[in-house]
Amino acid sequence: MASQNTELLPAAEAVGSSQWQRGVAKLLRNRAAVVGGIIIVIFLLSALFAPILYPGNPNAPNLIHSLERPSASHLLGTDQLGRDILGRILYGGRVSLTIALGSVAMGMIFGIPLGLVSGYFGGKTDFLVQRLTDIMLSFPPFILALALVAVLGVGLKNTLISVGIAGIPHTIRITRGCVLSIREQVYVEAARAVGTRDSVILVRHILPNVMVPIIVNSTLFLGMAILFAAGLGFLGVGIQPPTPEWGTMLGSGRSYLFAAPHVATFPGIAIFLVVLGFNLLGDGLRDALDPRMGYE
Amino acid sequence: MVCATPWIRGWAMNSDSILSIRDLQVSFKTFDGDVRAVNGFNLDIGASETVGLVGESGCGKSVTAKAILGLLPKKAAMVDGQILFRNQELLQLPEKEMLRIRGNDISMIFQEPMTSLNPVMKIGDQIAEALVLHQDLSWTQARKKAIEMLDRVHIPSPEVRVGNYPHSLSGGMRQRAMIAMALSCQPALLLADEPTTALDVTIQAQIMELMLQLQTKLNTAILLITHDLGLIAESAERVLVMYAGRVVEEAMVADLFHDPLHPYTKGLLGSVPVLGAKFKSGSKSLDEIPGVVPSLFNLPDGCAFHPRCPKAMDICRKEMPPQTLFEPDRKVSCWLTTEKGVDHDAA
Repeated sequence: MASQNTELLPAAEAVGSSQWQRGVAKLLRNRAAVVGGIIIVIFLLSALFAPILYPGNPNAPNLIHSLERPSASHLLGTDQLGRDILGRILYGGRVSLTIALGSVAMGMIFGIPLGLVSGYFGGKTDFLVQRLTDIMLSFPPFILALALVAVLGVGLKNTLISVGIAGIPHTIRITRGCVLSIREQVYVEAARAVGTRDSVILVRHILPNVMVPIIVNSTLFLGMAILFAAGLGFLGVGIQPPTPEWGTMLGSGRSYLFAAPHVATFPGIAIFLVVLGFNLLGDGLRDALDPRMGYE
Repeated sequence: MVCATPWIRGWAMNSDSILSIRDLQVSFKTFDGDVRAVNGFNLDIGASETVGLVGESGCGKSVTAKAILGLLPKKAAMVDGQILFRNQELLQLPEKEMLRIRGNDISMIFQEPMTSLNPVMKIGDQIAEALVLHQDLSWTQARKKAIEMLDRVHIPSPEVRVGNYPHSLSGGMRQRAMIAMALSCQPALLLADEPTTALDVTIQAQIMELMLQLQTKLNTAILLITHDLGLIAESAERVLVMYAGRVVEEAMVADLFHDPLHPYTKGLLGSVPVLGAKFKSGSKSLDEIPGVVPSLFNLPDGCAFHPRCPKAMDICRKEMPPQTLFEPDRKVSCWLTTEKGVDHDAA
């Protein structure tokens, strides 16, 4: 095999590389996934550098210039209060991506441990966790998020929490499902046979093996979370004006759909692109990391 | 007739044995009722002895090994009897104590080298894990020791392999790594559950040779579980033949191969192809044992083997044969041997 090369490489990279390295290589060959990745990177960077890209205040009204069509001074036009739509989309990206990443992180922080414990130990713990999950899954996730916002109140933090909670049951289910199959693997039994404790087996042997489907699912949920946040904003129960948020912008632009269609269109395109980006990336990740999709 | 091979290790040498199993019973709760997978299993293994355990698939070999290590699922399996390891009753031991014994005093090699290593962990880390657990080594020290162990099992350039993931190793290499893992803490007893079944023949020989070499070096006793009689003939000193959860015959290897007493053992030996040997009187095919292994849900009355036994008598269908003790290390459970009247010992 590659024995000549192995001498030159540090031990860790020799001959075979990890599942992740091979996954990344495969991901880079997938054109759709790369396009998705580029879209996401562009939006992330633009959100990160929004103050540099748009030095003005995106919330300051300028009624003289209200509802202007796209022009050289306002690339994407202005809204009903004369605010620059491009600037608001840039700043809105910060809000939307924060909600997306925050809620997915929340789903993982609560969902993964619960799924691991539920799947590995089974019995009463499993029953309890799974019935709770059933209750949460019996609501469509958006309705669940909507109900939670109604309880918690509007605003960035509460929107994030609501969308995050709506994502937990799926993470629990996926984690548990994977654990159920991994726990029966011979290498888990082999780990027990050398005297490894259950908690160590869970973290060191099982968790790394279930991460792939969880990451893929989470990438897809990032897109969903943005859509949920936008949906809540559109309905007026999410982020409140004047904070720029794509869904809220879309909602307020709705009244001017015939007079000034660009007010609603451009935030809509932003939502569409980011969700598309996350979906393409998520699909690509699944193809690249899932051994059943002809990898290896 | 009973072969008069002089025996070296006596059956009565229980005091020397590191593992003694008495009347082990394992049954599983299932939806269709309880299934008895192991029934009245007795075994003694002396220090650095190799004992073979032979039988068809599903006769309870692996279950026995897992029962010794306490790896059977507690909710589903009911384990009864006595497992004495260095005068400790393993079945009564709390889980905490068992964690210290597993991998340290008793370790296990599994049948499938392709699936018994964690695909997302480096080989070295998997070997090091046992050392960190039991030998109070730091991870850095344990990884160094892992390189040593890989060298011991003759894996080329071990300092490179230690950082490899299992997928870049061949089946034989993985099994070597498994052996390195199992022997890293110098256990007193190694349970080898079909260690060579998934490997091709040349690799099988290498792996067995390696295991036996390390056994002499480390003074490890081996319980070799297999359905490969050739393997037993080459490596084991004593052998137990299992059928449907019971030991039907136990003997020194030479005795068993020269003069099998139980019809099942005879059948097993008769169904092994021998290169260049002629088949019995005109028959063009290998001898086989007619019928199939009975379902454990529905074991026949009397001797479990009687439906397939060419010499079944009336009594075989009604009563379980007692265990007959021949020479100190020879036991058979068959009505035929009692009829012969040799040293009848009605158990």
